[in-house]
Formats: sequence, structure tokens, C-alpha cells
Amino acid sequence: MPDVTKAQTTDAATVDAVAPPAVDAPGKASTQKSDKPRSLWGDAWYDLRHRPMFWISSVLLVLLLVIAAFPGWFTSVDPRDGDLVHHYLGKPELGHLFQPDWFGYDQQGRSIYSRVIHGTRASILVGVCVTAAVTLLGGLLGMLAGYFGGWVDSVISRIVDIFFGLPFLLGTMVVLNAFTERKVYVVILALAFLGWTSIARVMRSSVITAKQADYVTAARALGAGTTRILFRHVMPNAVAPTIVVATIALGGYISAEATLSFLGLGLSDPTISWGIDISEGSKVIRDNPHTLLFPAGMLSLTVFAFIMLGDAVRDALDPKLR
Amino acid sequence: MGRYAARRLLQMIPIFIGTTLLIFLMVHILPGDPVRAIYGDKAPDPAQIAQIKREYGFDKPVLEQYFHYMLNLLKGDFGNNLAGRPVVDLMADAFPVTLRLTLLAITIEIIIGVGLGAWAGLRAGKAADTGVLVFTLTVISIPVFVLGFIARFIFADELGWLPPNVQDSTSYSQLFLPAFVLAMLSMAYVARLTRTTFAENLRADYMRTALAKGLPRRRVIGVHLLRNSLIPVVTFVGTDVGGFIGGAVITEGIFNIQGVGNLLYRAIQTSEGSTVTGVVTVLVLVILLINLLIDLLYAVLDPRIRYA
Amino acid sequence: MTTIDKTRNVPEPRGAAEGDVPLLEVRDLHVEFHTRDGVAKAVNGVNYTVNSGETLAVLGESGSGKSVTAQAIMGILDMPPGRIPQGQILYRGEDMLTMSGDARRKIRGRKIAMIFQDALSALNPVLSVGYQLGEMFRVHQGLSKKDAKAKAIELMDRVKIPAAKERVGDYPHQFSGGMRQRIMIAMALALEPDLIIADEPTTALDVTVQAQVMDLLAELQREYNMGLILITHDLGVVADVADKIAVMYAGRIVETAPVHELYKRPAHPYTKGLLESIPRLDQKGQDLYAIKGLPPNLTRIPSGCAFNPRCPQAQDICRTDVPPLHPVTERDGGELPGRGSACHFWKETIHG
Repeated sequence: MPDVTKAQTTDAATVDAVAPPAVDAPGKASTQKSDKPRSLWGDAWYDLRHRPMFWISSVLLVLLLVIAAFPGWFTSVDPRDGDLVHHYLGKPELGHLFQPDWFGYDQQGRSIYSRVIHGTRASILVGVCVTAAVTLLGGLLGMLAGYFGGWVDSVISRIVDIFFGLPFLLGTMVVLNAFTERKVYVVILALAFLGWTSIARVMRSSVITAKQADYVTAARALGAGTTRILFRHVMPNAVAPTIVVATIALGGYISAEATLSFLGLGLSDPTISWGIDISEGSKVIRDNPHTLLFPAGMLSLTVFAFIMLGDAVRDALDPKLR
Repeated sequence: MGRYAARRLLQMIPIFIGTTLLIFLMVHILPGDPVRAIYGDKAPDPAQIAQIKREYGFDKPVLEQYFHYMLNLLKGDFGNNLAGRPVVDLMADAFPVTLRLTLLAITIEIIIGVGLGAWAGLRAGKAADTGVLVFTLTVISIPVFVLGFIARFIFADELGWLPPNVQDSTSYSQLFLPAFVLAMLSMAYVARLTRTTFAENLRADYMRTALAKGLPRRRVIGVHLLRNSLIPVVTFVGTDVGGFIGGAVITEGIFNIQGVGNLLYRAIQTSEGSTVTGVVTVLVLVILLINLLIDLLYAVLDPRIRYA
Repeated sequence: MTTIDKTRNVPEPRGAAEGDVPLLEVRDLHVEFHTRDGVAKAVNGVNYTVNSGETLAVLGESGSGKSVTAQAIMGILDMPPGRIPQGQILYRGEDMLTMSGDARRKIRGRKIAMIFQDALSALNPVLSVGYQLGEMFRVHQGLSKKDAKAKAIELMDRVKIPAAKERVGDYPHQFSGGMRQRIMIAMALALEPDLIIADEPTTALDVTVQAQVMDLLAELQREYNMGLILITHDLGVVADVADKIAVMYAGRIVETAPVHELYKRPAHPYTKGLLESIPRLDQKGQDLYAIKGLPPNLTRIPSGCAFNPRCPQAQDICRTDVPPLHPVTERDGGELPGRGSACHFWKETIHG
């Protein structure tokens, strides 16, 4: 407690010395406030608020999350109900906002609008869960490798190298092919199993950088323990690049899930997935491009939103680019 | 330089063994019986299955199988697929096609990607920069298979400029559209990376020195900026080769090209372990060799690595 | 804001006789940077001249505008965010700010060259030093690659780099700090320019190496009879080599004087404070003097004299009126050539 008051008084003293005395009292308060150096995150937040890309992607993402959580709010039509007699490949009625025939019907007479809405959940779920798993696993291993170095680093880095040698999509194809019924969690596990390496690499290198910073040396000299240094000093400074990579990767995982579903190796019926619908639509694209364009558009929009957000955050966190 | 290359080559060996072992284990341990897959939905005779398993050595422990496999590999024997054709023959047919496709794609990737990125990087913060940024974001957001269908729909079905399926895989003009689709994603990344390094290096102290020396703008950018900015781009292109292989599976499927991607896709779907393992082993080797090449190129471009 | 006539009361540059055009003359130069926190006024009406064979030391803390002025002279300011709203930079009487880009480029490196502070980052890391030195001859004189390399070796010999012939193909990171700075000097000297601007050329070096590099620079300057603008925050570096000093604060020159007079009798409280804050052997054991407070934020320079919040002598007038650069005279009005002080109370400061 005494320390705090002391700090405050000395602070006030220096401020007095710098600020022009008396006279312009109202101006003084604001001068002091904006003279305070902004922290990395404070600075990034200031920067983010002034980026239209950040707001566009945030609004999009919130909307997508709401759709994924409550598809019933947006359509009351069952996405699995097909009416081959009346709706076989029905054309879209772009004026009929939010109606079942808004985006037209597919070759089983199902409402594409309803399928697009209900397909959101699987994609978002896969993206978010894979990213969470990958960030935990890769982040932890990367941190251990970066912080402890030596043989720990050697072992982890070689494992990363080995996994990295295997092309991501090929590996997941092989893994997923082993399962006949592919539920959401199977796809999540397969993607996470092969996807953690990039996060581990990023985490490792940023931990190495943070570890060498003077304030960490200082903390160690003051006798701080390993856990304390790792979680109080190293991690906060190493997470920024990881968050950026993870956000961008999230879009990539959604795209990968759709690609695998398209290849017949991802989610399978009865799960509703944009990838499956795009694959179905591609068979009749010549005369009915709408069967492909709407699910593909929704998929691209989702990926776009995540990548754009990651991009905006990266630019905000990286003062070098300003 | 020679020692550096030798060291890198030695470091590759454990990674090669590790990665091939990983794929071998994935193919052999995971559920999904390749022998059963031959029979499809029919119920086969258990004795017959056991006999086939013995023939292919599937009844032995996995590590022993791997060891034998690698031993045979050294002799150039990749085994046969379940239909009895040597895997080597299958690969000999498929690899040249994919090689052509990939080379064309990498050329497109570098030319357009670096060009676009440099153009945007020199105008950082201006409308051109934002335009390139939005364009690359859009390209990255659209999955390759969607891009492929749209490209095929527009250029083959609607405009009729190109045949929808590649009939002659030695014709670069027929391969151009698939190569372009394959290149798009990496091209967008190359453009963004180039843009970033350009914009960053533009503010480097040595750029200021180059200006202060009174060098013409052409030289300041073409020699001092480009040389430094291309180093990360080269690295990216090298590490991205694996991504190309994944993309090839899609692109070759859409345009019906009989390359490695197609071969692999069919082998995975029919659970043909020997073909999958063989193709992936060769791919891993190719990827590792390309990485080595990139490392050496990196050392040529950046003297700080060479003497480190 | 009080405006003043900025061209008034500028002391006559030494050695600039009638019809004799100075090598370089900076007139009323203003530079500002547009940042997201507002407009940072980095340079606010700087005037100085340099003649052949003369050394002008520009002294100031970081943020005083000394480096920005130099970059404006070289034409290597980042524009935007930088902007030069007014002022002239005359090279042999010709305003470089109104020249075509190409004409200006031909002066850079050939007539006016610059030495940067941190040679490691100022030299291109991926090109050999021989290439970077030879580039000057290839671009400006059209020499072949081979001739340029021979010239580069010659230059490296000139700045006393041992085994120049063997080391010409080496890269910047392979040299020591002092050797790298010699290469920077060699590069600036390559085409025997009329004027060299050295921006803190020894700050990044060890103290022992500092003296060697400074001596080399001074020796070469004498030999080629070049003008030299030496930018520094180190009063110790200045004393031996400079002819005259301009002290800068918040983008303005607050005092000009021939070098030894400045040390003997400062006429501005800021200069006085700087001199008093140098550690001296004869004051061992006493508290070291420090100017209180911090340099001003350039987006909100205090009204009146920019130094007033930190000045021990500040009066009301200092908070309202910007002091012009007064010519400084003896107590009896006797002339002190080349001396000026931008302080309302210069008389009290120098004589009081």
C-alpha cells in the first residue's frame, strides 16, 4: 500500500514538471491522458476500432454464430424435406426474402435456403473445435519446445517436422477414409491430429523471442519461478501471433472440412454440410448453377469473415506495418 | 556451402523415416480392411481373406511390415496394387502429368503473385493496395474445388474456350486452366507475403541509404528491395509444395487429369494401402528434396545464413 | 499562437561575403508529419548555412528535428507522412525543393552524401560491401563491374580497412562495427562530394573506436575540402571537429555560435543546461545536474518558447511569445559574429 501512494506522488510530480503550469487547466487533463503510452493490446484495440474490415468481419461472424446456434430463427422448413414433384431443381426467387424458395431447390427438391442455414452449424462447429484443439495441443507443445529448448525442443521439433512432411489434406483423407460413418467429431479429430503443427511452430518461435527479452531475464534474476515466468511474462507476449494464426487457420479448417466432404471423405449424411451440397450441385452446375453457387457463396463468406478478422487483428498487433 | 548442404541432407533422413512410418501406420493401423474392400458388400470366405493377407504380409506386425517395405523400396520395388499392377508403373504414368501441372502452377503463382504483391506493396495504404488485399482475401476464402467448378463453368461450359476435361495431358494450353485454379490459393498468399515484405523493407534503413546514394528508383527497387523481399517468398513457395499436392487431388478430379492426385484419391477410396503408401512415400521424398533445394537457395540469397 | 518574422535577425553566416553563394543554405525550413495523433511539427523554421571546408555541428536531443532536417536536405524523407509546408534548401544557390526528381537524384550521393548512424542496418545485408561501394561508380559514372570493384578496393584502402582486396566480397555482418562505419564513410566519399551529412556517425560505436572514426572523418574532410554537417547529441564529439554549432530544440535552432564560444559562454538556458549536465572530473562526488522534465510532444509544442516548461528562468513572456533568434553581443554592444540565441533573456543568460 505505501508503495502505491509513493508511485502516485512521484508520478504527479513528473507530470507537473512536464505540463505547462496553471492557466490552461482544462486542456491539461486531456494532455495528460493522451500522453500516456498505450499498451500493445490497447494500441491494437485503438487501431482495430478504426478498421472497417474489423467491423465487417465481426458483424458477419456474430450473424453466422447466431445462425449456427438457432437455425430455426431463420427458416421453419426442414432441410431434409424434399418434394421431387413440385420442386425438382426449382429456380431461385431472389425477391422472396427468407422464403423456402429464396435460393431455389436442389435435385431432391429440398430448399437450398434451408439447407444453407442448417449447414452453418457443422462448418462453424468443425472450425471452432479444430482451432481450439489445435491451439491447445500445438500451443502447449510449442511453448514447451520454445521455453525449455534442449532435448525437449529437439524431440518436439522432430515430431513437428515429421507431421509437416505429410501434406495436410492427404493425411486427413487417409485418416478419414478409415471411418465409414463420419460424424462431426471424427472430422474434428482428424483435422486436429494433422493440423497442430503450424500453431506449434508459431508458438515455439514467439516463445523463443519472448524468452530472450530483457524483462524475462530481469524476472529470472529477481528469482521468479519457471511457472511464473512462463505464464506471467512469456505467454502474454507470445500469444498474439498465435491468436492471429489460429483465427486465419479457423477459416482454413472450415474450407478443409468442405473440401473433404466434397471428396466424399468428410461429413456424411445425415449431417448437413455445405461441402456435400456443393458436391451434389456440381453435378448439375451446367443448367442449374444456383445449386452450387448458394452453398459455395455461404461457405466462402464464412471463411472470408474469419480470415478477414485474423488479418485485421494481425495488422493491428504488428506496429511495423503501420 | 558444401558442408551446409550435407548437414541439411543428413537432417532429412530421420524426417523421411518418421513421415513414411507415420503414413504407413495410418494406412495399416486405422480401421478399414483393404482386403474386405475388394469384395465390397459381398461377404467373403474367411479362409480366402486369411490367404490374401498372408500373401501380402498383412498378418505380420506393422513395424516388421514397414521394415520389409522400406527394404524393398531401396531395391526400387514399391509392391503391387491389389489388382496386381506394380505401383511403380502406376506412378510412372501419373507423376509426369502432375509434374507438368505443378510446374505450370508454380510459374503462374510466382509471376502473378510477386507482381501483384510488389504492385500493392509499393502503394501500401492506397486504393491499389486495398484492392489487391480484398482480391487475395476473396481468393483465399473460396475453396479450390469451388473455384475449379466456377472456372470450368465459365471458361469451358459457357465461353467454350477450353475443353472441360483435359484430353491431352502433355498440352500446356489444355493444362493452363487447371494449373491456374491450382495456383490461385498459393498465388494469393504469395501476393500478400510479397506485399508485406515490400512494404516493410521499403522502410528499412538500407533503402534510405540506397536513396541517399542517388540510385535511380528502378535500381533501388529492382536490386535493393527485391533481393531482400524475395527471401521469405522463396521459403514460402518451397514449403507450399505439399499444399499443391493436396490441391492437385481436387484439381485433377475436377478436370479429369490422370495424375498423382487422381491416382491417390482412387487409391484412398478403395483402401489400397500399397498404392497410397508408395505414392505418399515418393511425395514426401519430393517435398523434402524441394525443401533442401529451397534451403540452399535461401543461403544463396541471404549471406547471413551462409556464414552462420 | 504568436507569429514572428522568422527571417529577421538571422546572424550572417560566417564566410559568406557579397556574391559568394554558400555551399548549402537552409532557409526557414518546416517539416511536419501527419500521424493519427495529429500533426507532429518536427522542424519549425530552421536556418543554417555550410561552406566548403566548414564543419557545422547540429546538436540536440532525439526529437529535436536535427535528423529530420538532414533527411529533408538529402530528400529522403518519407513523404507522406512527412510534408514540407514551407522553406528552401539551397545547394549552391539553387532550391533543391523545387528541382525535378531526377535533378535532385543526381545531386544525391554525387554532390551531397550522407553517413548514417547504424551501419549494420544502413548497409544492405544481402549485397557484398564491394557491390554496394561499386554501385556508386556504376550508376553515377557508368563504370564497368570490374572497374567499379577496383575502385571499391581503392576506397576501402582509403578508409584504412585492412586487407581490402580480400574483404571486398564480404558482407556487412562480417565486419566489426568500426569497420562497417568506415565502409559507410567510404561510400559517402566515393564520388568526392561537396558536402557530407553525418547523422550521429559514432553513436553506435565503442568509445575507443569513436575517436578513430571521428579522426578519419575529419582528416578526409580536410583533404577534400568538403562541407560537413555533423549531427550529434554528444557534446564531447563536437568540440574537437566542429567550427560552429547550432543547438536545436523542438524543431527550432535555439542557439548558434562558434564552437569554443558556446562552451565558454552559452547564451541560452537550454545550452547551459546541456553543458552543466556533462559529468566533470573536478565535480566528482557532487550531484550531476539534469534538465528537469522531458522534451515536448511534437504534436503539442508548448506556446511561446518551447523550452519554457523546463526552463529555470521562465517568465510570463516565455509562455506567450516565441523568442526570435536574437543576435548575441557583448555587454557593451560589441559584435560577436555568428552568435545568436532564441531566448528572451539571452543577456541575462550570457552576462548575468
